Amino acid sequence: MTAAANLLTITAVLAGAFFFLAGTVGLLRFPDTLTRLHALTKADNLGLGLVVLGLLPRTGSVVAGFKLILVWLLVLLASSAVSQLIARNARRSPP
Amino acid sequence: MSIATHISLALLLLGLAFWTIVVRDTFSAVAGFIPYGLLLTSAWLALAAIDVALTEAAIGAGLTGALLIAAASRLHKTEIAARAEQRGTITRILAAILATTMTAAIMACILRLPDRAPTLAPTVARHLAQTGVGNPITAVLLSFRAMDTLLEAIVLLVGLIAIWSLAPDRAWGGRPGQAQTEDPKGPLAYLARVLPPIGIVIAIYIFWVGADHPGGKFQGATILAAMWLLVMMSGLSDAPAIDRGWLRFLLIVGPAAFIAVGFLGVVVAGAFLSYPTGFAKLLIVLIEAALLPSLAVTLALLLAGPPRRPGRRA
Amino acid sequence: MTTTTIFGFCAAVLVGLGLYGLIVNPQPLRKLLAFNLMGNGVFLICAVIARRGAAAGMGGDPVPQALLITAIVVAFAASALAVALMLRLSEETGACSLSSTRGEGD
Repeated sequence: MTAAANLLTITAVLAGAFFFLAGTVGLLRFPDTLTRLHALTKADNLGLGLVVLGLLPRTGSVVAGFKLILVWLLVLLASSAVSQLIARNARRSPP
Repeated sequence: MSIATHISLALLLLGLAFWTIVVRDTFSAVAGFIPYGLLLTSAWLALAAIDVALTEAAIGAGLTGALLIAAASRLHKTEIAARAEQRGTITRILAAILATTMTAAIMACILRLPDRAPTLAPTVARHLAQTGVGNPITAVLLSFRAMDTLLEAIVLLVGLIAIWSLAPDRAWGGRPGQAQTEDPKGPLAYLARVLPPIGIVIAIYIFWVGADHPGGKFQGATILAAMWLLVMMSGLSDAPAIDRGWLRFLLIVGPAAFIAVGFLGVVVAGAFLSYPTGFAKLLIVLIEAALLPSLAVTLALLLAGPPRRPGRRA
Repeated sequence: MTTTTIFGFCAAVLVGLGLYGLIVNPQPLRKLLAFNLMGNGVFLICAVIARRGAAAGMGGDPVPQALLITAIVVAFAASALAVALMLRLSEETGACSLSSTRGEGD
């Protein structure tokens, strides 16, 4: 493992963790469902993307790297669909 | 992972579990249960049980979470009445004493586990080559303890029959769940069109690779069941009526194939479920391929619940 | 403090918490959640025992781990049956309660 790869892993994973933290702060501090959804999906998806980017140098093979990226894409797909459903529900019946 | 990671993992796990028990709102308790299940997956990984982690993520966190969310939302209106039956202080104190005693007893047992732990790993390693599979867990599940897996498949089937028996008379033999009237152009329908092909490929991959690496039919079957549930929930396809012949055939093909291979073992190799030499891998793959659709359909129908709409068209 | 001891203690506390929740919460769904917690504690103990049996190049004793997979699946089936019973009870009596002093609907 070269020093550059290690540096990339550490910075990317730390940045990803920071974005996750920011998303969670948004979840706790924003006033209503729609703004919380906004914070969660934007920050968490970017955070996961950075974590995956940081883990890519540590995988043993190209195929494993593709699997990690596939995981990120699937999470993106599922979270965007789910957040649209939650937002639709929140707009229809405000708590 | 380091000790510090394990300690934080255990503390987070306990924190979420505590929250699930004491929070007032039931939906919040269920919402806390799902990340608890995912943290438990990480705990299995910390204990080097990768197959168990896959199963926990799929069934323990995923399917159980979906089950509990559906239950919590359906039981929401009964919650106010139930909350009035809170236990008195004496019961709480006695329960706390009982719980603490049990925790202390188990902790004492953990500390007194023998230093040279008895283990079956060398025995499994010695006989692994005979089974033809490389993953020791698959070998244990389908060769050394195949009887347990057979009985488990039958337990799932019996559980499903028990759930079906709860159908009201007018819906006997009908379709589970409510008719879904989702927007066919909405996000859920889009997800239900895009995700199942990917999910099916991933499920078959996990099932196939389970022979030599972590994976196997339980995890693959759960993903298949989840894809089918997604299609049902989005309204793209209605839940089938449970008296359909193809459904019942799919449900029993797995256990039936398993029992047939067992009796084949009686005739050819001298004992129920013993595999003739050289045929072990072939028979294991056959059993797994038959069990995969059965498990997928059983798990999906367990989640769908008892029939609530009549299924007869006439 | 090894990994197995940490998770063993964690499992012990989970069993205690689950037992407390099972006795104290009146709603059947909360009881089911507490029961699942207790079951997961027992599974953790089994995994600790499996981990301590690591030998012959494997990370853990495979026999308890295989039994754990069976256990998780059967626990889900039992939870599904319990939820179906609860929903049926709430449909029949209008409330989901285990109290025997409630008047039974007809």
